[in-house]
Amino acid sequence: MSAATSTPSGSATAGRTLPLSEGSLLQRLLRGAITPGGAVFILLAVLFVAVVWVNPSFGEPPQLIRFIGRTAPIAIAAMGQYYVIVSGEFDLSMGAVIATQVVIAGNYIGQDESRVLPALALMLLIGAAVGVVNGLATTLLRVPSFIVTLGTMLALGGLVRYLTGGAATGNPVDSFRQIGRGGIEDVPVLDVLPYPVIILAVVAVASVLLMRSPFGRTLIAAGDNPDAAGLAGAHVWWVKTRAFMLSSLSATVAGILLVGYAGVHPSVGSGYEFQAITAVVLGGVVLGGGRGWVLSAAAGAFALELLFSFLNFQEVESTWRPTVQGLIIILAVAAGARAWSYGRRPSRTAESAPPAAPAASPTPARPGTETGEN
Amino acid sequence: MSATTDHTSPSAAEPREPRDSVRRRRAARPAGAARRLDSTGLIYLVLVGVIAISVVLTGMEGRNFFSQGNIWAVLTAMSVLGLIAIGQTLVILVGSLDLSVPYVVSLATVIAAGGMKGLDANIAAATFNALALCALVGLVMGLLVSLLHVHGFIASLGIGLVVSGYLGTNYQGSHGSAAPGLRLLGRSGIAGVIPTAFVILLVSALLVTLLLRYTRLGHHLYAIGGNQSVARMSGVRTALPVITAHVLCSVFAGIAALLLLSRTGVGSPTIGSQGRYDLLSIAAVVLGGTLLAGGKGSVIGTIGGVAIFAVLDNVMGVMQVNPFLKDFVRGFVIVLAVAVYARRSVVRRPPRFGASRPVLPVPSSKGDPA
Repeated sequence: MSAATSTPSGSATAGRTLPLSEGSLLQRLLRGAITPGGAVFILLAVLFVAVVWVNPSFGEPPQLIRFIGRTAPIAIAAMGQYYVIVSGEFDLSMGAVIATQVVIAGNYIGQDESRVLPALALMLLIGAAVGVVNGLATTLLRVPSFIVTLGTMLALGGLVRYLTGGAATGNPVDSFRQIGRGGIEDVPVLDVLPYPVIILAVVAVASVLLMRSPFGRTLIAAGDNPDAAGLAGAHVWWVKTRAFMLSSLSATVAGILLVGYAGVHPSVGSGYEFQAITAVVLGGVVLGGGRGWVLSAAAGAFALELLFSFLNFQEVESTWRPTVQGLIIILAVAAGARAWSYGRRPSRTAESAPPAAPAASPTPARPGTETGEN
Repeated sequence: MSATTDHTSPSAAEPREPRDSVRRRRAARPAGAARRLDSTGLIYLVLVGVIAISVVLTGMEGRNFFSQGNIWAVLTAMSVLGLIAIGQTLVILVGSLDLSVPYVVSLATVIAAGGMKGLDANIAAATFNALALCALVGLVMGLLVSLLHVHGFIASLGIGLVVSGYLGTNYQGSHGSAAPGLRLLGRSGIAGVIPTAFVILLVSALLVTLLLRYTRLGHHLYAIGGNQSVARMSGVRTALPVITAHVLCSVFAGIAALLLLSRTGVGSPTIGSQGRYDLLSIAAVVLGGTLLAGGKGSVIGTIGGVAIFAVLDNVMGVMQVNPFLKDFVRGFVIVLAVAVYARRSVVRRPPRFGASRPVLPVPSSKGDPA
């Protein structure tokens, strides 16, 4: 990244820092807000104000916390999708994984209270296994992840529908459903603190810590330029495989939560992969990898759900929802298409300077060497 | 253009060291025929294998794979997905993606059927309207991708959602009715073996192949898909080819919709998403050896990929496989086939800094100042 290493203005650590990591906390926050990853939080705030305006009761803590609980599955799925997208891949198998987990929960647990914990272990194991298959097929067999995960989506989805006959089967015990449905009662302000909110908070904190760990840094590097990351000594295949595992595990968690809300049906997760990708992109994460923040992905999911709530309160016909969703995605991405440069490149004044430098350079570099005879 | 030199290097790197003039001629060839023949050959080899297995399996059911009716069924099944996949090939070659095709297909059937109202006199106008609308949708997508720099995935996903919202709001259930002339087209064919729809597919494939091989636009498509920045710095206007690819893709989806309409007889706002043409067409294109990242691939390969799907579906239909299990098999085959192909193409990529790297006339002709 030559753009990143050139200095914006005369600062103490010249040539070392990005504009984003300079100045006081307030300056950094302001600068972060104009990147797409930060802008989604502004969008979130605007949408929230709009929804509260239309329906004041939405802003009351009990209502709000229930909304967060309802949105938790898609937010968790979006954070899982984030790992894969930021490493430069896609995961289309998410919906099928959710359907698989939901059906497993319904059929394996049944009315047997003692099977809840083994079932959870089994589901997480299957989630991890799907991720490993996706990851290894992508990295070692070098099949494009779009195709691999499309294949897993068709295969898993087909298998689940075949085994269930395409109809709702099984019904897990209530104690399992409580994970998605229930919460801690009698909390002072909130009335009820749903379990999904707690799980979401845990996942969010873990994600932030993970992205700050060496794994997270390597993941972003691998998404930005896999060749460079590989040459720098990173095990790109293993890093990407772990990203796929995280994605499938997130889908598993989302599936566990969805059992509480939606019940057991092989079509529960359908469309979740595109919802999650939409949320991630709305959060300013660049398709193709290497740019974006994990919390922005979750914020994108919330923005999307707030938008739907807004449309509901406005009594827009539900059939128009896809249209509005499509327009919003395109607008958000079009607006964000070049805005990342604010955070990653020197300011405008410094940018206008470089033309002088290339003018001088051609003399040492002979044309013959440039055409690639080395 | 680096894409061109990349293509030709394997042919020139053969062990028996061709003479310099031959090497020059090979390097000057517009697109690496040798390499493409390799990958396409592999696809058709897989196709032959799939057909062989199908013949056996069909025979075990006591039926003949090569019977007149079965061939007709396979070719008919190929035609719709094939036309969509041709358009998708163009879009993928230029480095974009089109997820809106199912909705464009639905839109075109509804508009065309609504315009025809079952009368032959309305065919021309309704067809024109439907295709023009498709072209408009493609144009919007192309503009979004090329001028606003929205990723093709998002632009087409968004446009697809917009169209699906329009369809869901304005059309419930089937709509309009196809003209008798169009229905006749759906039933007509050559010698009862080759449906007219398949002839349309072949002609389209031929035209697009010619476009890709012999026109400036075609070469620009490859160049932009290979590396947009390099193409732009080499003096290619990148916006026009991207827009053209998207418009052509949507128009091909529209033609496919007309073929569907000729068979179903009524326009349906959900026919496209039921067929899952977005993902299946992309899978067929990749199965046909086109790089998902763009810049390499051919329409002939895509047709091979579509044929593999069609034969597979046909034999599963004959064996009366559970429709849900079909998806399982399909997904399995996609990954397996692409794994075989992707592995090979990686191994066969010419070494960039290897000793066997051929001396191409392009750099040396520039001369050395020293």
